Amino acid sequence: MNKILLVARREFLSRVQKKTFLLTTILLPLLIFVFYALIIYFSVKSGDNLHIAVADEANILDGNIHSKEDMNFELVKNQTAESLNTALENKKYDGYIFIPSTYELMGKDSLQLKSNKAIGIMTREKIQKSFNDILEEKRLLALHISKAQLDSIQNNANRIKFATVSGKTDDDNKAGVSYIVGYISGFLIYIILFIYGSMVMRGVMEEKVSRIAEVIISSVKPFQLMMGKITGIGAVGLVQFIIWIVLVFGLQLLLPLIFPDLLNQMHGQPIQPAGIQAAQAIKDNGGMTEIMRSFSQINFPLIIGCFIFYFLGGYLLYSSLFAAVGSAVNEDPQDAQSLMLPITMPIIFAIVIMTKAVNEPNSGLAVFGSLFPLTSPIVMMARIAHGIPDGVSLWELILSIVLLIAGFIATTWLAAKIYRTGILMYGKKPTWKEMWKWAVRKS
Amino acid sequence: MNNILELHHLKKYYATQKAVDDISFEIKKGSIFGLLGPNGAGKTTLLRMITGIFFPDDGEVIFDGKKFDPLNDAVKIGYMPEERGLYKKMKIGEQVLYLAQLKGLSKSEALEKIKFWFKRLEMETWWNKKVEDLSKGMSQKLQFVTTVLHEPRLIILDEPFSGLDPVNANLIKDEIYGLSQRGSTIIFSTHRMEQVEEICDHIVLVNLGKKILDGTVSDIKQQFKKNKFRVSLKEVPANIHFDGFELLEQQANTFTVKIKEGFRSNDLIRFFLNQDITIEAFNEILPSLNDIFIELVEGTTSVSRKFQAVH
Repeated sequence: MNKILLVARREFLSRVQKKTFLLTTILLPLLIFVFYALIIYFSVKSGDNLHIAVADEANILDGNIHSKEDMNFELVKNQTAESLNTALENKKYDGYIFIPSTYELMGKDSLQLKSNKAIGIMTREKIQKSFNDILEEKRLLALHISKAQLDSIQNNANRIKFATVSGKTDDDNKAGVSYIVGYISGFLIYIILFIYGSMVMRGVMEEKVSRIAEVIISSVKPFQLMMGKITGIGAVGLVQFIIWIVLVFGLQLLLPLIFPDLLNQMHGQPIQPAGIQAAQAIKDNGGMTEIMRSFSQINFPLIIGCFIFYFLGGYLLYSSLFAAVGSAVNEDPQDAQSLMLPITMPIIFAIVIMTKAVNEPNSGLAVFGSLFPLTSPIVMMARIAHGIPDGVSLWELILSIVLLIAGFIATTWLAAKIYRTGILMYGKKPTWKEMWKWAVRKS
Repeated sequence: MNNILELHHLKKYYATQKAVDDISFEIKKGSIFGLLGPNGAGKTTLLRMITGIFFPDDGEVIFDGKKFDPLNDAVKIGYMPEERGLYKKMKIGEQVLYLAQLKGLSKSEALEKIKFWFKRLEMETWWNKKVEDLSKGMSQKLQFVTTVLHEPRLIILDEPFSGLDPVNANLIKDEIYGLSQRGSTIIFSTHRMEQVEEICDHIVLVNLGKKILDGTVSDIKQQFKKNKFRVSLKEVPANIHFDGFELLEQQANTFTVKIKEGFRSNDLIRFFLNQDITIEAFNEILPSLNDIFIELVEGTTSVSRKFQAVH
C-alpha cells in the first residue's frame, strides 16, 4: 500500500508542478467564458441599423408603424415598385416592403422584402418577428380582439402544472433544469474519462519508452505501479476538476450581470445556447428566485454524491483499460490509437444513450445504459438528475452502483495481468489474442 | 552461510523456447561474479528471476540463506538492466530520491546517501537538472548511482560499460572494486571478455539456456590451456628441434611453441640453456576468455559440457 502511495504521489506532483497544469486549469475556463460571452454579444448585437421602407398601398398599417431597436421601419407614400428600386440603388434605404393595394390583411399572401444586399439569418428572423408582430396585432384588432383580450389568451399562468405520483410537484423548471443538469454531468464525465484515461495511457507509455519500467519493477510489483499511476492521475483530475467547476460556475453566474439588458433583447432570438435558455427561463418565470426554487427541488446532494461516485468508478474502470493498452504498445503512437478505439467506443455509445435518457429516463435503453458498467457512469447521471424515484428507482441505483464496483474490480484485475507482461515486452505490437493470453495465464 | 545467492535448477520456458533450462550455481559473498553468454543465451531472463521481476517455472532462488522473497529482499538488491532509462523530464535529485524511497529507504536516509554519492562522483551540480539535459555518459553514471545508493548486498549490472568512454568506464570500474571491498557482491553480465578477465573472480558461461562453464577465471584458463609458451631469446639458436615441443611460430627471436605431452616447461628452458643461449623472456600463453568463449559457443549445438571449478 505504501508503495502505491509513493508512486501516486510522484505521479501527482510531477503533473501538478508543471506550468501546463496551471495554464489549462485556470486559463481554459477563462477562455471558454470569454468565448461564450463573445458569442452572446455578437448574437445579440448583430447587424447595423437597418432602414426599411414600407410602402403601404393597401393601407393596412393605418399610418403607423413602430420601429424596433436596430430596425427602422419608415412608412412611405406614393411610391411605386420602380421608384423604390431606384431609391434602393441609391442607398436611400436598405430594403423595402411593398404592400400592394390588393393585399388583404386576413389573406394568405406573403409579402416580399427587397434589399440591397443579402440579409443574414439572424436579421431576417428579427425582421420576420417584428413585422409579423405588427401584422398580428392588426389582424387581431381587425377581428375585434383587443390587446387586453390578446394578453389574457396568452397568459402563461394557465399552463398545465405537472406532478408525479409521489405527489411532489414536477414543475417545468425542474424538468428543464434536470435536463440541463443531467446533460452537463453526463458530458462532464465523458470528457473526464477521455482526458484522464488517455493521460494514464500516455504515462504508461512513457515508462516503456524511457525504459525505466524494468528498474521500477525491480523495486515494486507491476500492480503497485499501475495502481499508483491510476490513483495519482486520478487525484490530478479531481483537483483540476474542482477548480474548473468553481471557475465555470462563478463565471456563468456573472453573465447576467455583465449583460443586464441581454435579457430584454433576447426575447425572439432564434438561436439560443444553453446559457441564454437559462436566462430566458429566468426572465419568463419571475427571475432568479424562481430558478433557485426549482433548483432546490432537485436533490443536489444526491446528484453531487452520485456524480463523485460515477466519476471515480468510471475513471477507475476505464483508466485501468487504458493502462493495459498503454503497456502493450511500443514506441509507435499509432499503435496506441488503434488499440484505443475499442475502449473509446463504449464511452461514445454511452453519450448517445444519454441524449435519450435525459428526456426519457425510464425508457428501456436508458435503464440498460444506466446498469451496464461500461456506460453507467454517463447514462446514470442523466437519470439521476430527475431525482428518485422519478428518474430512477432506488433499487436500480443500488444495482448500478454494485455493478460498477464489480466492473472496475474486474477490469483492474484484467488490466493488471496484461500490464505486468506488456510493460517489459518490447518488439512487435501484440495482437488482441496475445493480450488475452497474458490476461488468463497464471502469473 | 557463505553464499549470497544460490540458484537450484532454475527453469523458465517461453512458448517458443527454453530460455533457462535447468541452471544451478552459487555466488560467494563479496565476490565479483561474471555471467557470460552470447546473445539470446538466457542471461537477462536469469537476471530477471534473480531480481524477482520474473518468476521461475521451476527451481528456486536462495538469497542470503533463505528462500528469495521478492518484496522484502528488493531493498538488498540493486539492478541496472541492459535497457537503461530514467524519467526524462523529472529533476535528477527528485528522481534519485524517488527511486531510493521505492527501494524502502526513508526520505532522510536517502537524502544522506544521495549527498554522499553525488559528492563522490562530482555530481553535486546536477541536482535540479533534468535527465534529458545529460549526455549519455552522464546518465549512465547517474543510473549507476541509483543502483548502488541503497547499499545493496547484491548488485547486478547488465552491460554496465556499454556506451561509456574509457574515462567513465574506469570510474565505474573503480567504484565496483570499492563496493566489492566494502562487502557487496557484484554480478556482472557482459560480452566484453577483456573486462571480465580484468575484473571478475568467478564466472559462469551460459548458452542456449544451459550452463557450460563455472569456475574461477584462472581455473578456467588452466582447463583450456593448450600448453603454449612464448620464448624470447637473445639470438637464434642453432638447434631448434626438440622432441618435447612443437614450433608454432617464429618471429625474429621470439618463438611460440607448444609443449608436448609428458614434457614440462623446465625441459624447454633446459634445452635452450644447454645451448648456452640467453633467455630474455619466457611465459605461458593462457587462452583468453574470448578465445574460450568462441571455442565453446561456436558450433554451439554440440557443446553442453558442464565444468566444475577445480580447486
